[in-house]
Amino acid sequence: MQELAQAVVGGLASGGIYASLALAIVLIYRSTGVVNFAQGEMATFTTFVCWSLLHHDVSKWLAFGLTLAIAFAGGVALERTIVRPVEQASPAVVVILTIGLLVGLNGLTTAIWSAEVKEFPSAFPERSVEVAGVPVSWQDIGIVGVTLVAVAALAVFFRYTKLGLGLRAAAVNPEASRLVGVRVGWMLALGWGLAATLGALSGILIAPIVSLEPTMMQGVLLYALAAAVLGGLDSPVGAVVGGLALGVGINLLGTYVDAVDANLELAVALLVILAVLLVRPSGLLGRPAVSRV
Amino acid sequence: MAPLLELSAVSARYGSVPVLHDVSLTVDEGEIVAVLGANGAGKTTTLRAISGTVRRRGAIAFAGRRIDRHGPAAVARAGIAHVPEGRGTFSELSVRDNLRLGAYVRNGGFAEDLERVAGYFPWLAERGNQPAGTLSGGEQQMLALARALMAQPRMLLLDEPSLGLAPVVVAELFRIIRELNERGLTVLVVEQNARLALDAASRAYVLETGRVALAGTSEELARDESLRRSYLGY
Repeated sequence: MQELAQAVVGGLASGGIYASLALAIVLIYRSTGVVNFAQGEMATFTTFVCWSLLHHDVSKWLAFGLTLAIAFAGGVALERTIVRPVEQASPAVVVILTIGLLVGLNGLTTAIWSAEVKEFPSAFPERSVEVAGVPVSWQDIGIVGVTLVAVAALAVFFRYTKLGLGLRAAAVNPEASRLVGVRVGWMLALGWGLAATLGALSGILIAPIVSLEPTMMQGVLLYALAAAVLGGLDSPVGAVVGGLALGVGINLLGTYVDAVDANLELAVALLVILAVLLVRPSGLLGRPAVSRV
Repeated sequence: MAPLLELSAVSARYGSVPVLHDVSLTVDEGEIVAVLGANGAGKTTTLRAISGTVRRRGAIAFAGRRIDRHGPAAVARAGIAHVPEGRGTFSELSVRDNLRLGAYVRNGGFAEDLERVAGYFPWLAERGNQPAGTLSGGEQQMLALARALMAQPRMLLLDEPSLGLAPVVVAELFRIIRELNERGLTVLVVEQNARLALDAASRAYVLETGRVALAGTSEELARDESLRRSYLGY
């Protein structure tokens, strides 16, 4: 019983990290119809920026805050300079661009900070507490908590602010959005900024667990993609549900099925992607694709 | 007095296909003016040239200011609300969010605007949470009009408002348009249904293959039998 509870809590924690990166992927997918494969490398890059800040004796929380702000500005800048010129091009072109960005950013990260593994401090205390007789680490509680707060903040932003309304409008009907005065180009850039911020958040959360290195997010990106596909690529709520479900599912498999070790867990993520695409391509909470004839 | 809207020799093209050639027209403050013509004559493109959703050349002045280099957002801010053909409602968003988007270029005053607009469309308030895509065609057209009004525009561009709607809905729609006009709103309306448009408008322009073929008061145009048969099809 205790083993089960611990496996679930641990799964929720890794699921929270998948969820925040999956949410970043969904944000960009909804507004552009394209999966940003560079999302993981963007997160790694910003986490290294955070490491450098910490290395230069910036205090922990200030460094985290600065990193999120830098990630936002970086995401906006990337959209304006690199993505904007191919905005009108076919999705295939944009996807290839994001893959190019993945490779380029990875090279840049390695060039600046080297491939050497670095220690990264956790935002949360190393102790654990007992919840209903089960020891739960602050780390796990913190990750799940931060993810839920980020998701709730985003939901409020999208639902109740004018900017959030503009973002939603630009995503569903860019043409009509222009007519009511929404600056659609800036909304896309803002979407990239928010996605980059969420990515940085997931990087900061996971770096203490897996240690910081240039390839840190590559596995996480696959889990996040699986989570986004599972929840429905156009559904923010789906991304979170998908992320948490995937985290718990994989942790349970790893705990109770001896055949599934750490190396096979990634394969499970790929199987999830494949199965969802075959059985229910729109995901658990996504809208089925309908095209008007 | 200078007209509220003045197009002088405006041309527009989609890619390499020219659609409008040197179109000139004026709309005075407080008028309803119709743009008529067959399919493909350039009626929709004329409206799109004004609102900046198609690339255009020539001079467009609104309330004494040139707007021909403005993008769509800037044209909307200048006080022109464009209700596109096919309504352009946000079908995934709620009725209320559609109305909020109408007021996007304004700051504050949403509640008062909503009250004012709901005066014309009382049913809107009760169905605020419904996704716009689940409304009937007539309701969506009304919503599109209501959304345009939320911006408190000086001028309304209406593209084929009667398209695909039942006659009773069309009559109600034009009754509201006339009422809005009587309260000072200037309207430029594109219609396939020439009889309906001439009935509401004081003047009209007839487009043929992207040029102004004829212009005159509604009475003149409605009286001219040969014109009616060759251009207006009734």
